[in-house]
Amino acid sequence: MRRLLKIYMEKPELAGIVFLLLLAAVFQFQTDGAFLNAYNMQGILGILPEMALVAIGVTLLMICGEFDLSVGSVFALTPMVMAVLIQDGWPFLPAIMAGMATALLIGFVNGFLTIRFQIPSFITTLGMLFVARSITVVISGGFPPVLPRDALPRGMFTSFVGPNDLFRMSFVWFVLVAVVVSLLLSRTNFGNWVRATGGFLPAAQAMGIPTARVKTACFMLCSLLAGFAGTIQVMRLGAPLPSIGEGLELQAVAAAVIGGTALTGGIGTILGGIIGATLIRVIDNGLVLSQVDANWFKLAIGSLTIFAVILNSWLRKKAKAMKVET
Amino acid sequence: MADPIIKIRNLHKWYSGVHALKGVSLDIQPNEALGLVGDNGAGKSTLINILSGIQQADEGEITIDGEKVNFRNPRDAMDRGIETIYQYNSMVPTMSIARNMFIGREPLKASFMGVGIMDRKRMAEESVQAIADVDLHLRSPDALVGELSGGQRQGVAIARAMHFKSKVMILDEPTNHLAVKETQKVIGFVQSLKELGITAIFISHNIHHVFECCDRIVAMARGEVVLDRRTEETNMEEIHSAL
Ligand SMILES: Nc1ncnc2c1ncn2[C@@H]1O[C@H](COP(=O)(O)OP(=O)(O)OP(=O)(O)O)[C@@H](O)[C@H]1O
Ligand SMILES: [Mg+2]
Repeated sequence: MRRLLKIYMEKPELAGIVFLLLLAAVFQFQTDGAFLNAYNMQGILGILPEMALVAIGVTLLMICGEFDLSVGSVFALTPMVMAVLIQDGWPFLPAIMAGMATALLIGFVNGFLTIRFQIPSFITTLGMLFVARSITVVISGGFPPVLPRDALPRGMFTSFVGPNDLFRMSFVWFVLVAVVVSLLLSRTNFGNWVRATGGFLPAAQAMGIPTARVKTACFMLCSLLAGFAGTIQVMRLGAPLPSIGEGLELQAVAAAVIGGTALTGGIGTILGGIIGATLIRVIDNGLVLSQVDANWFKLAIGSLTIFAVILNSWLRKKAKAMKVET
Repeated sequence: MADPIIKIRNLHKWYSGVHALKGVSLDIQPNEALGLVGDNGAGKSTLINILSGIQQADEGEITIDGEKVNFRNPRDAMDRGIETIYQYNSMVPTMSIARNMFIGREPLKASFMGVGIMDRKRMAEESVQAIADVDLHLRSPDALVGELSGGQRQGVAIARAMHFKSKVMILDEPTNHLAVKETQKVIGFVQSLKELGITAIFISHNIHHVFECCDRIVAMARGEVVLDRRTEETNMEEIHSAL
């Protein structure tokens, strides 16, 4: 038991990896090999980065002990700000910068309100979910702005690369961000503060960690990644729809939880969040390929999330009992 | 007698209506082990929270080594060599011993604007050394603090304070909820501080423990110091009646 708990606390993403491999095998069998063929892989890998980038931010924030339900709306607002500005004649670079600045600002406001008024971030960011979505629709003027074909440097973000065009450029960005954020969390002093802040806030405070600033930084990073992911999606689709990213916030939380992140903070890894996001995408894709009614998708994700949370909390209770008995 | 290491003068603290400290004055001598006792709500934690920078006094003065100080946060106090150990608040159970040892004071290989790469090799080596220095025997610095017993955790907290060369160690009810054997371990740690030249302030509800490891006993009641004696000059009855 002790060993199992230790493995779980140090490598909470392990169960997710095992499940992902199992699932891939099942789908491969079910679809007579269509699942793992190059064409299907190209589809999965092309869309995955968008959701995985959001999951990375949400996972980091959850490890820090907070939630962000506004990521889906930021996912839409950021590229909308960019698109509206481009339509107004701004060049691409300042326009995307303004979009990202908007995302950062929303993250900052989320953090500031949560910490200043000591309210659960669940509530603050739920409010922000509506606020940011509303702003997105309003600034779009009801119609998505029409962007000239050459306005976006798609080559940098969404064109196909790699052997057999297996990947899109977005995958490269995603890997880059994943590595940087993972290292930030596991190798830097900032990562140590994030884990301490989420793991046990009074201890972090007693050791002089600027916990308010650490949390705010995580809120901002989470928001920024959501905005970046949305921007990539808009480049892939070619038009900024005000409705993109709806429901993404819950999928991202599901991804983090399935990947072993604790709802109570302190436990989890970036890799886990990515595994969770991959699982969700694979289930989505695998169900479609297996010609199962697509409406089963939410049932599958829902059950998996509940199962993961039950497993998490059961293990945590065990861990607590273990602490008391020694 | 030597000059006091900590001088507290006329400290007041109000919590919206509650007058928690009513003009507390206290001198703490270098290298002494001071026991602080008192009933629930006497103001002990308030006093040491001010000393460790978690809270700020509304009135009064603290000097350390003759220099007036004004701690705005725990880090200020830690930088002046004052380290505080609580039953619950000083360790993160979900993190390893090595990481816990260095929370907020991580050795960095390179850094930019305060954020940098941790020197994990040094963290591992130094935590092994620090733990060995307090005669605590643990398998690995990578073990999670959540896996340790309460007494071992307090040992790690004390090892941490010593590693950072703290001059004053404040222990706020460090033996709460510990089994008898574990409690003895912690008391052993407090006794060993003396040999290391560290000043200790030990808060406990158990007067026996205080008698066991302290040179001097200060009793507080309703926000005031009501008794201040050397351990050998007092006894349990006197302390009980003062409270
Ligand atoms: N954060 C706070 N807000 C309001 N009142 C407080 C706060 N902290 C302490 N008090 C009050 O201040 C008084 C002193 O409390 P303090 O915690 O210092 O006592 P204590 O001697 O440490 O007690 P215990 O032995 O129970 O730990 C009590 O009346 C308490 O209710
Ligand atoms: Mg107290």
